[in-house]
Amino acid sequence: MQHKFLVHEPGDSVGVAVADIKAGEKVTGVFLNDHQARVEVVAQQDIPLGHKIALVPVARGERVIKYGVAIGVAERAIAPGEHVHVHNLKSARWGK
Amino acid sequence: MKQTFWGYRRPDGRVGTRNHVAIIPLDDLSNAAAEAVSKVIQGTMALPHPYGRLQFGADLELFFRTMINTGRNPNIAAAVVIGIEPNWTRKLADGIAETGKPVAWFAIERNGDLSTIEKASRKAKQFVHYASELRREEVDLSEIVVSVKCGESDTTSGLAANPTVGRVVERLLDAGATVLFGETSELTGGEDIVAARMKTPELQAQFLRVFNDYVGFIEREEADLLGSQPTQGNIIGGLTTIEEKAMGNIQKIGRARVDGVLEPAQPPPGKGLYFMDTSSAGAEAVTLFAAGGAVVHLFPTGQGNVVGNPVMPVIKLSANPITVSTMSEHIDVDVSGLLTLEKTLDGAADDLMDMLLRTANGRLTAAEVLGHREFVLTKLFRSA
Repeated sequence: MQHKFLVHEPGDSVGVAVADIKAGEKVTGVFLNDHQARVEVVAQQDIPLGHKIALVPVARGERVIKYGVAIGVAERAIAPGEHVHVHNLKSARWGK
Repeated sequence: MKQTFWGYRRPDGRVGTRNHVAIIPLDDLSNAAAEAVSKVIQGTMALPHPYGRLQFGADLELFFRTMINTGRNPNIAAAVVIGIEPNWTRKLADGIAETGKPVAWFAIERNGDLSTIEKASRKAKQFVHYASELRREEVDLSEIVVSVKCGESDTTSGLAANPTVGRVVERLLDAGATVLFGETSELTGGEDIVAARMKTPELQAQFLRVFNDYVGFIEREEADLLGSQPTQGNIIGGLTTIEEKAMGNIQKIGRARVDGVLEPAQPPPGKGLYFMDTSSAGAEAVTLFAAGGAVVHLFPTGQGNVVGNPVMPVIKLSANPITVSTMSEHIDVDVSGLLTLEKTLDGAADDLMDMLLRTANGRLTAAEVLGHREFVLTKLFRSA
């Protein structure tokens, strides 16, 4: 099946949609460093191209990992398949 | 295999990819005369800007450094400088003339616009004849100076377009060339990674001083940058935080190590990779890189920034399939195949390298053909 999202690093908590994803859709992701490694998740919301999809559960206050590093903190609990963006992820550096 | 390109060798030894005759106003008041000359004399280009009056201290210093070093850029064959009064006008012209390229200056006071335009036009005409007889010569790729900066980024920038630039930067450095990068505010969250790339502990300390000065400036202003970084365009494209944006941003230097830290608009002292303290705003940063001597710019975009520069060609690449289809006239290199995995990173880097060499040889970029000539000076504080 054609992948619908890409993952920067093993261990990242989010992937990036490379095509529009519909709520309820079961989608496949591919890791940038190893195109054979795949991950599947069911989208909880519509996720537009370029937006992030959660791969693992993230507790409120926990760091969200992308590129293998923290890109911010979850403002509320995030379930796998959820859209991750400004409504549930905040910078740990600015706007505290 | 030895790589070469066809460039214009200037009297100071540096090599340009363009052959402009620039009409440079010292100040806002001289824009009208400079633009008039550029209309009368075909083959010239005016560089209008809003500043040059009553600036002082570090802001005045940056102003002159930017203007003089822009005129010195090897993409400019000859320059006519026009200012309201003779002293600062001569100072700008003398700074450019040190390169050995033909320069002339004209002051408006005691002459008026019309007489100034006539005299400056006659000189500009001579310069166009001179420039039109210069010929490109084949030079080693090590003589090129390239700058990199992204704009209207989104997550596809960090996934694909910026890593493509990173791979090309690695190849340019392997070939002995010079690369400039910057965007101080946009390294927030990735500053430790950039610091770790500095070749010496002294450079590391110097870089962190520049970065922390900037953070300190934001704190003193009690500014909330969240409204501007990430930008509204970034957020539409799926970028959420400054840390995420910074991680995407730093993909542009690949795995390379950094040879030096530069003031804004300062030319690098040698070959290699240099960090320049710049704004993250596209036109401001590109203007400072051109002053630093860059002769081609690589500009990855996600949502579709359309910026250009009057002095150097700005090559656009994008991996966002929506952008490359809805804004195709702005994109020189389409790397969207990286998202579908139809293209490898090395394949995309081959495409960009090919476009870089063709552009250096004279191919006009999308931004040049569409007339994007954003010349935007960085101003540190208000004038006296």
